[in-house]
Amino acid sequence: MREVAIAGVGMTKFGVSEITQVEMFAEAAMDAIAASNIKPEAIQAVYVGNADGNVEEGQAVMAPMCASEIGLKGLPATSFQAACSSGTLAIINAFVWVSLGLYDVVLAGGTERQRTMSTPLATRVMGFGVHAKYETPTGLSFPGIFAMMAHLYARKYNLPLSELKEAMARVSFKAHKWGSINPKAQFFGKEVTMEKIYASDMVASPLQVYDCCPISDGGAAVVVASMDVARKLTDKPVQIIGVGQGSSGAVCSQKDITRIPARELSSQRAYKMAGLKPSDIDVCELHDCFTIAEIVASEGLGFFKPGDGYKAVMRGDTDMGGKIPINMSGGIKAKGHPVGATGAAQVYEIVNQLRGECGARQVEGVKVGMTDTMGGSFASIAHIIMRRGW
Amino acid sequence: MKYVLTADKYADALRGGKFLGLKCHQCGGYTVPPQKVCSGCRSEDMEVVELSRNGEVRSFTVIYTPAEGFQPPYIVGLIELEEGPWVTANIIEYAPEKATMEELMGRKGRIDYQEVPADMFSGGPRIALAFKVAD
Ligand SMILES: [Zn+2]
Repeated sequence: MREVAIAGVGMTKFGVSEITQVEMFAEAAMDAIAASNIKPEAIQAVYVGNADGNVEEGQAVMAPMCASEIGLKGLPATSFQAACSSGTLAIINAFVWVSLGLYDVVLAGGTERQRTMSTPLATRVMGFGVHAKYETPTGLSFPGIFAMMAHLYARKYNLPLSELKEAMARVSFKAHKWGSINPKAQFFGKEVTMEKIYASDMVASPLQVYDCCPISDGGAAVVVASMDVARKLTDKPVQIIGVGQGSSGAVCSQKDITRIPARELSSQRAYKMAGLKPSDIDVCELHDCFTIAEIVASEGLGFFKPGDGYKAVMRGDTDMGGKIPINMSGGIKAKGHPVGATGAAQVYEIVNQLRGECGARQVEGVKVGMTDTMGGSFASIAHIIMRRGW
Repeated sequence: MKYVLTADKYADALRGGKFLGLKCHQCGGYTVPPQKVCSGCRSEDMEVVELSRNGEVRSFTVIYTPAEGFQPPYIVGLIELEEGPWVTANIIEYAPEKATMEELMGRKGRIDYQEVPADMFSGGPRIALAFKVAD
């Protein structure tokens, strides 16, 4: 296996888009290509994550359309569909092909345009990510899954729901605090108070509006290259040193969803490949589609013991200056969650953190960063660990 | 090997008054809802059995922002069956405003089912498991 690096990254501002998902990907991709100092013809394959383009715009074959849009006709172009983890799988597959020496340069990322759909339709379409025969017919929504996770968590660790809700509100507050100063974030310029979080409408008890990620449009892309090539293109290649992936079936088949075996297996695979342990990670972008999801993921990744994640939030361990700063981009909660693009946007943030280019959101002394992306009913979970390659 | 209990046969059995699952001849465990191999040991050597319908609420949520085609508020729960597996079910004949952790978690009851109208994505008619909490 060869060493592999990210040469450059690009992303659109997340939120409500007036351009199509092919156009969003193209915008992010051309920015990533320009940032990588390469000519588009150096690219040998295009991998694009996209969850629901079929319904959102009647657009399938997303990767070929995206490749053609930026003049890369004739290249191998592959779409990845794994709900919210689609973009991460696109990047992991780029890593694999380049590491095997089959390609030197691959363009990878994701795109999604959810705001073409009404909230009920978006809720139905996001619901494609649970078991269509055994769960969807109950009307189980995504907030509903994480709502049940919150109730299980409170019961399992024997804490009053109000105490867990306070930690969840703090997760939301932290996300909006950092998202409000991230120009790419859907909630850029909009700081949110604890009062507003507590007063928001109930979506699926005990989750309120500010426990839930928004419905978003956006695209993000990265140029993945062999380290030899990347070093010639940039002074700051970001090396991919570990990847992992795991899967699960129906929510009910996993029983106690306060522990997600797919996440624990996937992250352990990534740590093993990188030769690192959780305490070696300096900054993390993890899948905070709901506030309780951040707490549970912070435990599943090994940053905190099971049942300690909510206390870690209250201690400030996951905020700037804490033991492991999490989601300094504003996370999915405040940056937005155009599902197919999310994994690539997480990588975008970690690359910029490693390069020291995040301004007021910059974590000091970052040497190693990690992404965690979760799609569907914990159906697809994937991890990427990166470090400075200079 | 032929599929022992398909999603359609499982749904039709519920419509006919039977709640079916799979019992494994190798490990003795139950697999519900059905799938190709035992959820405990991956064996295909399973027989179709009628289940007790007894279960207990392990978690729940009241959904206020529904998926298209559903009328809020409604309750979805994770139910642990007496035979061991967990299933996703609507908790029915229970007032959503009374659905609190204290009231619902750990409550015993019985499995039933509801017809759910087909929609453009469902690939035909469908059913949802339902759970009635015992008094
Ligand atoms: Zn078995």
